[in-house]
Amino acid sequence: MIIAEGKPLVEVAGLIQEARKVLVVGCGGCVTVCLAGGEKETGILAAALRLLRQKEGNPLETVEVTLTRQCDPEYVDMLEKYVTDDVDAIVSLACGVGVQFLAERYNKWVVPALNTKFAGGTVEHGVWEERCGLCGECILYKTGGICPIIRCSKSILNGPCGGSQNGKCEVNPETPCAWQLIYDRMQALGKLDLLMEIQPPKDWSKSRDGGPRKVVREDVRLA
Amino acid sequence: MKTESKLEKLLSQGHFVVSGEIGPPKHANPEGIKKHTALLKDYVDAMNLTDNQTAIVRLSSIAAGVHVLQAGGEPIIQMTVRDRNRIALQSDLLGAYSLGMRNVLCLSGDHQSFGNHPTAKNVHDVDSLQLIKIVKDLRDQKKFACGEELKGNEPRFFIGAAANPFADPFEFRVLRLEKKINAGADFIQTQCIFDMERFERFMAMVRERGLHKKAHIIAGVMPLKSAKAARYMQQSVAGMIVPDEIVNRMEKAADPKAEGVAICVEQIKHLKTIEGVAGVHIMAVMWEEIIPTIVQEAGLYPRPDAG
Ligand code: SF4
Ligand code: SF4
Repeated sequence: MIIAEGKPLVEVAGLIQEARKVLVVGCGGCVTVCLAGGEKETGILAAALRLLRQKEGNPLETVEVTLTRQCDPEYVDMLEKYVTDDVDAIVSLACGVGVQFLAERYNKWVVPALNTKFAGGTVEHGVWEERCGLCGECILYKTGGICPIIRCSKSILNGPCGGSQNGKCEVNPETPCAWQLIYDRMQALGKLDLLMEIQPPKDWSKSRDGGPRKVVREDVRLA
Repeated sequence: MKTESKLEKLLSQGHFVVSGEIGPPKHANPEGIKKHTALLKDYVDAMNLTDNQTAIVRLSSIAAGVHVLQAGGEPIIQMTVRDRNRIALQSDLLGAYSLGMRNVLCLSGDHQSFGNHPTAKNVHDVDSLQLIKIVKDLRDQKKFACGEELKGNEPRFFIGAAANPFADPFEFRVLRLEKKINAGADFIQTQCIFDMERFERFMAMVRERGLHKKAHIIAGVMPLKSAKAARYMQQSVAGMIVPDEIVNRMEKAADPKAEGVAICVEQIKHLKTIEGVAGVHIMAVMWEEIIPTIVQEAGLYPRPDAG
């Protein structure tokens, strides 16, 4: 899932300083699971913003709505009845995708309440970790299911570098060296010989490139 | 001979080579580089120019190499894949060759978080092993990384790579060295050696696989200046092993600098006896002026004439 975390309250408050009435919009997708932008966090943020503005003697009116997903026009449409003329701004607690989908659909000042971090998963309650760099051409089959693009600090495809020691990465003694993990796993699977192959430079045109990437599935298109 | 490199010539003639290292300055004045070249050129066969080492902005390794060349030294330009993508790397290889550079050492580079611009974006478009292959393909296939043919003069570099026998996983270190040699490395410079026992084990594995016959292996040494430096290397530098015995010797020494030199000279004499070690690389950055003493005391002076 997409992992995100809340921006500091004062930062969000600063983004809507001029507004008198805001829509605070949560998302029922990934950010609900990573406890950053679900219904609960939306309520907490709205209350905190109101309180802050109260103290400043500049009261703020909030309306809270949590959409099933903000990255789907079908659900984004459902916000329409709340987007009245007197709404000055929309605060989105979705990932960057949701913020943009709201901004594309409604002619209002839309601001992000979260920092969108990475594609990852829950490693323990309250801890999320990155797993995929969304490179567009997965090579996990070459590395025993461990991603060198994102888990190695230098995205090395022919690792490990000379800084790997005691299983840790040279960049941070807390971070496991991805290539030690790959080595251990390939050894356990009896596939160390695969690591002797020289991996060629990666085709980064499949990754972040000129403009947004697009996936088109003709078989499921309606028109 | 694959190249016009003086280093290649000496190695292929079977000489036990000596290389040194110069860290370019954090400003635009080349006088220090020229001074160090003048100091070292009769005592070492080639000098590495580091490429923004520890991710600190410095005068570029290629420009520094030009100053070394003009001052009569043989430069080995270090090239990391941290700051340049394959377009910039190849462009700089062409440029460096046109300026007279003949040796290149391909490296990953220290992570930017260690340097003075920790918020910089790193590149890592290719890794150090892929860079080795790019330099080789430019030379031997006359081809760019994209496969396009290079029309005109190709850059003919003597290709270096690094090896660290002290990093983990130990068993894979020799295999990764082999991978670098398969990718095109002609010579290897190792991480500084303090743990001689582990290095001996590493070299035994190297010989078992015949790698010392496929590439010239130059062993890294570093003279220690103080007990504090020894402890720092032991505790704070990733991929480095400094045995307690060495730290103790430095701590007990009445004259730590002299002891550091003595240890280094002993190490060089020992390394000379290990089959498959083709030379030593003396890393004495910020203490370059000690290199002539070490080379003399190790019995490696005068240096051979490449003719
Ligand atoms: S190889 Fe690419 S797609 Fe696969 S996990 Fe890594 S970044 Fe994601
Ligand atoms: S120590 Fe391991 S994870 Fe860190 S940069 Fe080197 S190979 Fe990558």
